[in-house]
Amino acid sequence: MKRPRFTLVLDPIACDGHGVCAELLPECIRLDPWGFPIIESGEIPVELLDHAERAAVSCPRMALTLVKLTS
Amino acid sequence: MMNPATPTSTARSSAGSGRPAVRPPAGAERLLAGVGPQGAAVGLVEHLDRWGSVPTWRGTTFLDELDASGLRGHGGAWFPVGTKWRSVRKAGLRSPVVVANGAEGEPASGKDRVLVQQLPHLVLDGAVLAAATVGAGRVYVHVPSGAVPAVSRAIEERRRAGLDPCDIEVVVAPDRFLAGQETAAVATIIGRKPATPTFVGLKPIREQGVGGRPTLVQNVESLAHAALIGRFGAEWFRRVGTPQSPGTVLLTVTGRWAEPRIVEAPLGVPLGEILQLGLGDARSFQGVLLGGYGGGWVTPHDALAMPLTEEAAREYGSSLGAGVVALLPTNVCPLSEVSRVVTYLEGEGAGQCGPCVNGLAVLANAVGQLAYRPNALRGGVAAIPTLCGLVEGRGACRHPDGVARFVRTALRVYGDHAALHLQRGPCHTSAPPFLPIPATAPRQGAR
Repeated sequence: MKRPRFTLVLDPIACDGHGVCAELLPECIRLDPWGFPIIESGEIPVELLDHAERAAVSCPRMALTLVKLTS
Repeated sequence: MMNPATPTSTARSSAGSGRPAVRPPAGAERLLAGVGPQGAAVGLVEHLDRWGSVPTWRGTTFLDELDASGLRGHGGAWFPVGTKWRSVRKAGLRSPVVVANGAEGEPASGKDRVLVQQLPHLVLDGAVLAAATVGAGRVYVHVPSGAVPAVSRAIEERRRAGLDPCDIEVVVAPDRFLAGQETAAVATIIGRKPATPTFVGLKPIREQGVGGRPTLVQNVESLAHAALIGRFGAEWFRRVGTPQSPGTVLLTVTGRWAEPRIVEAPLGVPLGEILQLGLGDARSFQGVLLGGYGGGWVTPHDALAMPLTEEAAREYGSSLGAGVVALLPTNVCPLSEVSRVVTYLEGEGAGQCGPCVNGLAVLANAVGQLAYRPNALRGGVAAIPTLCGLVEGRGACRHPDGVARFVRTALRVYGDHAALHLQRGPCHTSAPPFLPIPATAPRQGAR
């Protein structure tokens, strides 16, 4: 069986630019000049999945979601 | 081979009515072939005389016909219409909703207004056909306040005639650039204030829109084309246009003749032919804005030579978008035109997404410096595409992407002019501004 693959989806309306996510997952998330996250698109590497999940649940605005890729 | 379900072009209209058979339009004027004298709204009797009624398509046969026609969405995205209707039909257990979208927030576009005000029945035919095809019981017609009387009259005529099996309701679109954006249209219909775009995330509007129902938001021109495909079939539809971009398109042409004109043209024809200009006329204007303020600029030579298709427009980093074709006259400063529009677009943002709020403000400022105070522009012209990169793909809607495309293509087409500004300073011209900007554009409510 193939292991499930995941990606991070940001709700840009909910996001307030707290920046917690970039601190917890700097490998995939950096901040723009105004403090809003720029998220690398595509699949989260498997070794970073725990960190990605922590970044998602730590968002004070609940703007970040870890989503299973369907294909 | 003809699909056995395809009605012949004269099938229904002649049946039992005693009227002569309705012939499909043979030339490049299809939608506009039905326009009445002096632009008066075409009433129901006149409409049925001209086109006959739409035949009944059983089951999903019209979806196959739409796929075969190759019709693509004329609201700006050029997405295959058959694919969209199919996904709405199978999206859920609840009955879907159809939105005929004529909001047309694009200031340089006027073709949707012509359709809903002068040919409301053709648009409504398409919307009702869409409802029957996707299984919707309700149609909303989303139009600016100016079009409400014509649309309301048309709906009343149809109601009295008992023409349609579904409810049709008019919804007034706000006078905003983003009013026609799919999620903003849904917000207006459900009465959400402010009616700004929303983040749809993993459930697109076609799966979960008005009242949580699968929702088909389709531009009114696309619906009008569908209404003719419903009568005359896919084979007829493909008689003009290219295999990838069949049929005709409504264009709003500005800067070519004394007044803006709505022109219907077959897709794939060289733009120069439509404009009645040869390659030798390339010096009579500075560039062409294709698509609208969310579209992009093309050089005069490229514009005159390019075939009128979305594929060709994208090769130049532009888009046919909503069909705007604006020829920039030689007496204006292109950079101040670009700056005026970017400032307008920045003000039209919904004020919801951080990168768009911050990025468009900085971008508008930088473009303004290039136009009026080039010495103040830090980092030179190269700073501007970098700012575009900071907003692209980062909004809940495509607004920042459209602004970035407008600016990036402008720098490509007017790069020499930008270099002149940096060398010698801004232009001093007394020419009146060219690109239209709505007179009152107060900022939309932020969160």
